[in-house]
This record gives sequence, structure tokens and C-alpha cells, in this order.
Amino acid sequence: MSEKAQLATLFREFIDPEFVIVDEETQRPYECDGLSMYCEQPMLVVLPDTIDQVRRVIKLCHQHNVPVVPRGAGTGLCAGAMPHAEGVVLSMAKFNRIIDIDPLARVARVQPGVRNIAISEAAFRYGLYYAPDPSSQIACTIGGNVSENSGGVHCLKYGLTVHNVLKVEMITAEGECLTLGGGGLDTAGFDLLALANGSEGLLGVITEITVKLLPVPEKAQVVMAAFNDVQSAGNAVSAVVSNGIIPGGLEMMDRHAIVAAEDFCHAGYPKEAQALLLCELDGSAEEVKEYIQRVAAIFESHNAFQIRISQSEAERMLLWKGRKSAFPAVGRISPDYYCMDGTIPRGQLAHVLTEMEKMSQEYGLRVANVFHAGDGNLHPLILFDANVPGEFEKTEEFGGRILQLCVEVGGCITGEHGVGVEKIKQMAIQFGDAEIAQFHGIKDAFDSQGMLNPGKGIPVLKYCQEYRALSQTQTAQA
Amino acid sequence: MPDISAKLVEQIRSASAEKRQLQIVGRGSKHFYGRTPVGEPLAVAEHEGVVNYHPAELVLTVRGGTSLAEIDGVLAEHGQTLPCELPRFNGDGTIGGSLACNISGPARPWLGSLRDLVLGTKIINGRGELLRFGGQVMKNVAGYDVSRMQAGAMGCLGVIAEVSLKVLPIPTAVTTVVAEIENHKEALTLVNRLSGRSNAISGACWWGGKQYIRFQGARSAVDKAAKEILKDRTGASLMKDGQQFWRDLRDQKLAFFEGLEPLWRFSVGSTADIPGCKHGIIDWGGAQHWIKGDYRFDDLAARILRGMGEVNLFRNRRGDEEVFHPMPAARQAIHKRLKASFDPDFVFNPGRLYSWL
Repeated sequence: MSEKAQLATLFREFIDPEFVIVDEETQRPYECDGLSMYCEQPMLVVLPDTIDQVRRVIKLCHQHNVPVVPRGAGTGLCAGAMPHAEGVVLSMAKFNRIIDIDPLARVARVQPGVRNIAISEAAFRYGLYYAPDPSSQIACTIGGNVSENSGGVHCLKYGLTVHNVLKVEMITAEGECLTLGGGGLDTAGFDLLALANGSEGLLGVITEITVKLLPVPEKAQVVMAAFNDVQSAGNAVSAVVSNGIIPGGLEMMDRHAIVAAEDFCHAGYPKEAQALLLCELDGSAEEVKEYIQRVAAIFESHNAFQIRISQSEAERMLLWKGRKSAFPAVGRISPDYYCMDGTIPRGQLAHVLTEMEKMSQEYGLRVANVFHAGDGNLHPLILFDANVPGEFEKTEEFGGRILQLCVEVGGCITGEHGVGVEKIKQMAIQFGDAEIAQFHGIKDAFDSQGMLNPGKGIPVLKYCQEYRALSQTQTAQA
Repeated sequence: MPDISAKLVEQIRSASAEKRQLQIVGRGSKHFYGRTPVGEPLAVAEHEGVVNYHPAELVLTVRGGTSLAEIDGVLAEHGQTLPCELPRFNGDGTIGGSLACNISGPARPWLGSLRDLVLGTKIINGRGELLRFGGQVMKNVAGYDVSRMQAGAMGCLGVIAEVSLKVLPIPTAVTTVVAEIENHKEALTLVNRLSGRSNAISGACWWGGKQYIRFQGARSAVDKAAKEILKDRTGASLMKDGQQFWRDLRDQKLAFFEGLEPLWRFSVGSTADIPGCKHGIIDWGGAQHWIKGDYRFDDLAARILRGMGEVNLFRNRRGDEEVFHPMPAARQAIHKRLKASFDPDFVFNPGRLYSWL
């Protein structure tokens, strides 16, 4: 009997046979995550529905030395959930129950397969919500959010996933149950909870999460401001912050993104603008009223040629709709697009956009930019056509150079999407060999066989040296 | 503002080669914390100074030995602050030591801890390698979060040589209301309800029949929040020297903290009612309780129901007993392996966190 048949038989002893998936056709939806350029057919897909079943799957895989790739909703954007050809995809989709909401203590205990937005929906009746809101929030799971340390448009004020999670239960590669964090705001010892956030499924399989809930702000209002140049928009953002105002959300789009978004959803963005800012203030009605006028005045003094303050909830939603649908909007003007996720110090924005424009010319590929201006997270969208032979490879190379540029100006290769398979090469630009060796030390402490999500997140050392040499050559040629 | 990292690296390498143990010493303000320090002192306070500060980016990078007073001064010039209100026991402290101990002030539940503000670090591990993790930007998910893992590690993983932190504007308005509430359970319910409604709350401490509540942020929001409490509760009043109260609470200068009795700290869910807490202080809107007295560790740990939190012996230990909450075997095993990967020769702060680490 093949290993596949043997394992499938073993899994079917304790998992509903319908959810031990062996045939290629039924496995198809699991072959990639949201980054569909990276595909792989797994050996097996399993969907357990009890924690004990998860533990037994992991133990069996450990015994047989078979890789395990944990998976939530598969909305990730770094191929972090891409299957391993000889491995088992462990889908946590059936763990979709909100176990408990304690409105007085403002915490929710949830299973990992619960969708991000479902937590806020369930908490709404208590006047509470879960703050991190990645743009995939209607579909992505909280387990995946923890694994990637997901962000969203409200990070500057409300933090990332790591700031909003109090406790994580996980099962280690050896099948042991581990609690990270606890009932209080801190626990003694190394901060393993911080380590778990953003660990991309390499350290354990998450089985339960306790998240913080915040009071729904009494009011939210947004100011839109259009500028004739990127530099002025960037300066305006700095001026808001320097004036002691921390907006709930602060987003910027460049001219390509503005045009695409406006054509798509007619939010009223001026298409002649070189840069557009959306600045949301939230809090008590008094606070919002006080700050919204100040922000509008700051934008005006930084040469915004058009300013619009939302006068109703409908108008606020419309102004956001353009930004939130910027990705699909760009999707309409190009057969394919590739979304990057670098971060930069905000002051470097104009320089980075100029350099990127030069690279865009050089590669003959258009690029549109949306930018979480509050927290420096840049999402360049490179437009390409996958049906043109070699164009994706060219796009990848262009993307790699953008990330290198982000690191050069003091930023990093990924702000919220994670490394996965996609950016594993660029890890060598951001980190030296000693740091990467230390990462491997951490991995070994949790999973000495390297069974959980192998090939993701942390590169093999010898490939790092090769990549550094290669990228130096490319830069020299350019 | 010297950079003495090369000297520190050298000292650590030779200690590791000669199997000598080191206790990391900053400005000595938290010497009492944890188990008894052993090993030769490794002085890091000299490794100090601001490396980078960009007020408009809200990012400050400082060397680990930089004093909290210096950081306060630099940030205040630009109307900014570290919102986590780091305690200054005996009036002193370094940023590296603060991160290693991860002790936060009264604003912790609403404005976060120092750990929450960390963006990146440089650490020197037990091999004497100077490593850089995280960065100087708000978001960074490349690699494991080694920087935040230093929070509470008590220096057992390495020397914190440099820290990049998110800073925030100093709030334009701060107001403290004090209400007479004899029953601590009633106070707990009040502050938990308030935390579920108001975004402006930034402090809630019950002590000796009084509930102190602080609001901060925009003037209009603060005034409104305070007014509501004053209207709802008879006997509530605005506190004139409110800021002094919160500073004294932060630095453990209130009369409650005097004396040499063992001081115990509970870190629990904000609705937990810990038996005996009415004789102590309930801070953090219910999430941190202070109790004094000669207790057995097990007895206090048993007071926390359903894994709702932890207890530790904060000050005035009697001997060399364990001071941090007992750790389950699975987590202990991970700790030992992590320690071995960062500090294979067990050079740093042996036994400071747990006797077995």
C-alpha cells in the first residue's frame, strides 16, 4: 500500500471518511491560497472537526514524518498555505464556532476557523467589536490572522493582530497541547504569544484563540483630500501626526489607483489628482467633531486642491468603497495583477514612488499604489498578463526589486501579508545569516523534525547567500 | 552617547568561552525583581543614547542602556510620550531593563504595554552575536517576532542592545475622577462597564474604598466622560492632584506599598474577584491586583479560578524561592529549548526567571 493510501486509511478510522480527501478533483480548491500563481497538489487533505482529531492527525504525521500544512480560509497572499506535494493539508475550516463572548470582560473565545468579521458581528449587540480588519475580513479566518499577524486599515491606532489577541491554544508538532498567553494581560516567561503571532503555521496548529473586544466608536467620519503631487500628500500625513492626532485610518492612493477605483465605483474621487488621502477620525462625537475640522485645515494648508468631509454614514461608506475595492478595480484594467506588501518610513514615500516609476518603465509593466499611509505599509500592484510567456517571471523580479528598495530605505519586505513561499528569497535581504540561524533555532525548539509547513517563512541558509549574490548582480546591471 | 556594543560582544564571548555566568545590570532599579541575580555583573547602562528619532514617523530608536528620564525629555520636546507609563522604581530605570521585565503602568489595559510598542530590537545572544530583528516601521511580519519575545524574558535570551519603539502624542487633556465605592465588586463592575463604553478611559484603580478613574484624549471627550460619572455617582468628584496619584501608583510610592512584607501581583481577567483583594489594590480596571502578606505561593495560585490568570511574588521574597507563576511542563520544555538556542552556555541571568532556566 502506498503511503498515501496507508495514511488515508488511518485517518478514516477517526475522521468522517468524506473529509479525508484523496482524489485530485476534490483537492483542487486546496492547491493554492489567495496567491494563485503558486500551486501544488497535496498528498491528502483532511478536515477534522474535533481538537482530538487534530491532535491525532498531527501525531500520525509526526510518526510517519509527513509534512503538515495548516489552512484557514485560504485567503492569504504569500502562499503560506500552499500545499506540500508529499504532505497533508490540515484544514481548520470546521472549527467555526464562537465559543463564548464575555461582554463585561470584553473578550471572545473563538475557534480558529471563525471568520474575522463574524466576531465583530457577534459582538455588535454588546456595543463591541474586534479591531483588526484585513481587507479579506469577510472570508479570512481568525486562525489565519494570528498565523500571519494580519493588519488592516486601522493599525496605527488599534494595532495588529498581536496587539489584540490574549491567548492562543495550539498543538505542537509532537501533538502536545500548549497554551500561550493567558487569562490576564501578561504571563510570566518568554512572550510565546508574540512569537506565535505571525509564525505562519511553522510552530504549531492553533486550536483556540481569545481576542480582545473594543467598544464600537460612537462616531466615525472621513475626510477626503486630493493633491497635485505625492510629496504634499505625504507631508500632510506627517503634519496630522505631528499635530498630535492619531486617525483611525489614514490611506493614500496614487493616480493609477485613483483612476481605477473611481471608474469602478464612482466614489467622487477627482481623477486628475496625483495623490488622494482618506483620513478617518473615530471616537466620541465631540472628539470627532473637534479633530475633523483640524485635519481638514491641515490638508488645506498642505495644498490639497479638493477636500470633502463625509456628512453621512452613506457618504463615509462610499468614500471608503473606492479604497476598499481598489484591488478588484485594478483587476479590471489588467488581466492579472501582483500585490506587493513592503513597508517604508513614511518620509521615504515620494522617493520610493519615483524609483518605482523608473523600474516600471524599465520592465515595461504598469504599477498602481495603495498605501496605508498611517503605518507606512505600501501595496504596489504590478499589472501583468500571465498568458504572455515570461511576463510573470519579469513581474516577480520587479516585485523583488521593490522589496529590496523598501529594505534599503529602512523598511521591510512584508507588513502584513507574511513571507510564505513568495518572499522567502527576500528574507536574505532583510536578515543576515546569524539572524536566520536564530530563526531556525526557534523553529527547532518547537518542531525539531521540521514537519509543520516546511519550505515557508524561513529560508535555508545556503540559498540566502546565493540570492544575495544574484540580487547584487541585478542591481549592478540596472 | 557611546556605542559600546563591540565591548559587550567581547565580554559575552569571553564569558561564554570560559563558561562564566553574567548578570545583566542596567541602572539597578529593578534589582529586587525576579529571583536572586547571580554571575558577574555585565554593565549595560553605558550603552546609551538616542540612535534615531523621527517625531513625524512616531518612531524612536534608542540604545538599551538609555535612561527613562532621557527618553522622556527627548520625546517631550516634540509633545510625544511612551503611553505605557513605565514604572521608575527608586526614580530610575533603563529602556532595556523595562522591556526585559515588561512591567507596565496604570494605562496598560487601554494603551498597551512596552511590548506592544516594540517595533524592532538589536540583541546580543549568548554566542556574542549582535542580531537585528523587526525594524523601525509600524508593521513588519518578516521572520519570528524575536523583539517582542524579549518582553518579560528577564534578559535570559540576551542583552537588549537597541530598541525601536512606537511613540504617541501626549494627550491634550487628562482628568481624574474619584468615587467612594466601599464594595470592590461594585467597583469592578463599574470600571468594566465603563471600559466597554468609553474610548477615553486610561486608568482605573480601586484602593481603600475609593475608585480612581482617569480619562485622557481630546478635551471634549474627556470632559464629557468625566461629567457622566459625576452625574451618575453621588460622592464622585474631580481630583486635583490626579496625575501625582497615577505616578505614585506607577512607581509604587503609595502608602500601600510601604513595608517589607512580601508583595504579590495577580495578572488576571478584568472581572476576576480574587479572594483577599479588598485589602489590596485593584488596578488596570480589574486586570492587576496587589496583595501583601506572608502567603504560600500555591495558596495564592489556587485563588485564581479557571486559568483566569497568574500570580507572582513581586517584591520582598524571603529567600530563593520561585517568584513567577508555575509553568506547565509543555511550556517549560519549549522555554528550555529556546534558552538553549539563544544562549547555549547559559551565560545570561541564570535562574533569574525560574530556578530551572
